[in-house]
Amino acid sequence: MNSKYEAVIGLEVHAQLLTNTKIFCGCSTKFGNNPNSNVCPVCLGHPGVLPVLNKKVVEFSILFGLATDCVINEKNVFARKNYFYPDLPKGYQISQFELPIVEHGHLDITLKDGTVKRLGITRAHMEEDAGKSIHSQGDETLVDVNRCGVPLLEIVSEPDMRSAEEAYLYLTKLKQIVQYLGICDGNMEEGSLRCDANVSIRPVGQEKLGTRAEIKNLNSFNNVAKSIEFEIERQIELVEDGGEVVQETLLWNADKNETYSMRGKEDSHDYRYFPDPDLIPIHISEEWKNEIAETMPELPKARFERFVNDFKLPEYDAGVLTATKNLADYYEEVLKETDDYKSASNWVMGDVSKILNEEKIDVSKFPISPVNIGKLIALINNNTISSKIAKDVFPEMMKEDKDPAVIVKEKNLVQITDTSAIDDAVTKVVDANPGQVAQFLEGKEKVIGFLVGQVMKETKGKANPQMVNDALKNKMNEMK
Amino acid sequence: MLTYSNYSEKISQLKNKKLSLQENVQYFLNQIKTKEHLNAFNFVFDDAIEQANTISKKIEDGTAGKLAGMVVAIKDVLAIKDKPLTCSSKILKDFVSIYNATAVKKLIDEDAIIIGKTNCDEFAMGSSNENSAFGAVLNPVDEERVPGGSSGGSAAVVAAGLCDVSLGTDTGGSIRQPAALCGIYGLKPTYGRVSRYGLTAFASSFDSIGPFSNNVEDAALVMEVIAGYDKNDSTSVNKGIPGYLENIALDKKLKIGVPKEFFAEGLDPEIKESIETQIEKLKSDGFEIVNIDLPHTQYSIATYYILTTAEASSNLARYDGARYGTRKENPKDLIDMYTSSRSENFGDEVKRRIMLGTYVLSAGYYDAYYKKAQKVRRLFKNDFDKAFELVDIILTPTVPATAFKLAEKMNDPLAMYLGDIYTTSANLAGIPGINIPVGKNSSGLPIGMQLMSAQFNEETLFQMSYYIQKKLL
Repeated sequence: MNSKYEAVIGLEVHAQLLTNTKIFCGCSTKFGNNPNSNVCPVCLGHPGVLPVLNKKVVEFSILFGLATDCVINEKNVFARKNYFYPDLPKGYQISQFELPIVEHGHLDITLKDGTVKRLGITRAHMEEDAGKSIHSQGDETLVDVNRCGVPLLEIVSEPDMRSAEEAYLYLTKLKQIVQYLGICDGNMEEGSLRCDANVSIRPVGQEKLGTRAEIKNLNSFNNVAKSIEFEIERQIELVEDGGEVVQETLLWNADKNETYSMRGKEDSHDYRYFPDPDLIPIHISEEWKNEIAETMPELPKARFERFVNDFKLPEYDAGVLTATKNLADYYEEVLKETDDYKSASNWVMGDVSKILNEEKIDVSKFPISPVNIGKLIALINNNTISSKIAKDVFPEMMKEDKDPAVIVKEKNLVQITDTSAIDDAVTKVVDANPGQVAQFLEGKEKVIGFLVGQVMKETKGKANPQMVNDALKNKMNEMK
Repeated sequence: MLTYSNYSEKISQLKNKKLSLQENVQYFLNQIKTKEHLNAFNFVFDDAIEQANTISKKIEDGTAGKLAGMVVAIKDVLAIKDKPLTCSSKILKDFVSIYNATAVKKLIDEDAIIIGKTNCDEFAMGSSNENSAFGAVLNPVDEERVPGGSSGGSAAVVAAGLCDVSLGTDTGGSIRQPAALCGIYGLKPTYGRVSRYGLTAFASSFDSIGPFSNNVEDAALVMEVIAGYDKNDSTSVNKGIPGYLENIALDKKLKIGVPKEFFAEGLDPEIKESIETQIEKLKSDGFEIVNIDLPHTQYSIATYYILTTAEASSNLARYDGARYGTRKENPKDLIDMYTSSRSENFGDEVKRRIMLGTYVLSAGYYDAYYKKAQKVRRLFKNDFDKAFELVDIILTPTVPATAFKLAEKMNDPLAMYLGDIYTTSANLAGIPGINIPVGKNSSGLPIGMQLMSAQFNEETLFQMSYYIQKKLL
């Protein structure tokens, strides 16, 4: 980036709230049902219907506000945002305008160099989602109303971010928080978390904000970062060439990696907001707020600190494990079977995460239950199997999520700790490899590695390697 | 001919078999045919006879509900499951509702017989019932004149004896004004007293559902059934419902307020005289009459039309031809589908109000119009709150003039709006009001008197109205 300029970035995030029913009617919010099956007269906008607020939506919003140090507004008013679109059955969206439920909060991100930066949250307000327009073949457009009325929390940041990286970290943090709160599953690909980015540039040192462009249609974390990066460069080039940034809505083309103008008059929309007369103002009392505060789950920061303090994990491990709530939950489930915190961390961050990354799946879909990983670690630690054998048991567990003790038994993989059996094998190997033995006796102690390997081979890998090592040394020292 | 003068008489005749419910319903169906030229019904339900069969059995078995056999007509802005819901508009001409309005459901649950849906001004916008895709309704008292509106059909069917009672809706006088013009009783309840669920919204913070009847008792009984909190309507209020009918006898002398603003210039002298006669009679019966001030009355029409059109412009956005309702065939594009479907299928008055409402909500005008009007609305509430600290009842004329001739005001919307001068205040303040037919002018046209009370005090309105019906008329 040209060092004469700095970028100013603000994000608008729509988080679909994980309620069972819609915000203003009793229809299911389930994703993926047949088109137009989660519907009733209310969300279809039939004549005469009225919205009734789902209390859970208010509670989830308060929870978010508390987790991000927002002010929770005592009086809440819903407003109508009026515009025509086929997937908006009432011709208006019920949202909040002048009095959002929470405002003036913040969250902290940790930059690459380790510095912590505080980013402001302007406001977050409750609203209903619109349906989906499916522009099929030909000139037909199909409308699926299932999503109409799914509750959303629109979270608007301050224009506090100065780079694509910061925007990426803000979004990551936001996703982490809503997941920990259990109010949104944070799935950008399925659209349960959606992001629009406002990007402008200004000469370094200038107070006044530059003209901003809004990028829509960002459906992954990478696209958010890439599009912002592209847009910053585009604006700088434009200004450097003597041009001027115009206020407009841009779309991100993920195939070409570029933003392009919607060319619509999006920004000239007059939404004619006014208070929705069908919904009475909601008052959030101190008691209600306190009740909800009591249900506040452990947040990422507290969990990170607990992992470091209670489990003596390195900060790196604690950071990786608490990155998502599901992974941290998985880790703690593993600990139900073992106190070896570090080994558990190694397994979850190592063998387990490797497969998660390869398969691009969430840990909640991982085939081996955490309890069985814990049992596997316990088997190593009580010398039932070696860590080497454990690496063979693991793939078996991937095939079938069984108690590893059962697999070890079935496959006859129990470690040999019987000294006489080990001694027999040692004698055999010493007799069969006089050359290496002689080298050892001459002081080339490294050769013991080869001999241990031979004994392990002899015992089909089941001997306890430490015991083999000791027995070999004893045997050969006797020969001195 | 009807052999009863109110529902209590009807049900006892049904019970002791002096009256057959089937014959009664058939009588109404015949009368409806005879009076077809009034154009008061949009739809007549042939299954009314079947309903009568079922309900007479229930009456015989002693399992019938509170309104068993009461024959009711419903304004065609209220949803009835599997029946057309047109709002007298071309844009909904083929629309069939898939659910019941709460008020309608409550009537059905108490075994009322729904005989049909009545004509009205399109989306309840109008004061003459001439803004209807089904054509104008004739006033049964004088067929050259309008029945009033917007619930003109609901008033006409009761006045013409085509059913026992009807339901209408009142946003700025749409029950009381047609009741006055047709010479019957019509009650607009407190806002929030009757659930609006299933009432096609015109102006959501004003709309109320209420009964038309030929006597006070039947209105009281219907209100007992349709009133009450509804979980489907957040603006309905959870307050106990008194036994309106049981408590209908007045046991004390009330204090009656008369606001001079309602008797000022513009009031028809014959109406003025008739109302003043009633006031004199009440005085001589020992009621205390107090002159009161409702100082913001002159702003009622302006405030009302700003706020109701604003709400209407948003409420009617859903009729865009996209998902249901009438759609322009083979539109050029999406915008053409919207503009053509709406331009071709909304009537002039509806379009006028959508445009007005869109204007007052627009950026740059919102504060000057909508927000200002909201503040003025608060002043109306304060005026009435103060007044009801002094008096129990406010008594006024219902309308400044008797029924006018068909087409007389169609080209002068402002004159039409001004006819709402005495009724809009109650909607702005959210209080109940009732029309009492107190007599006829020299040309035989009905004169209406309006009583208003404090919020949720319908009980007093019924008591006072009943007293006047029994003792004064």
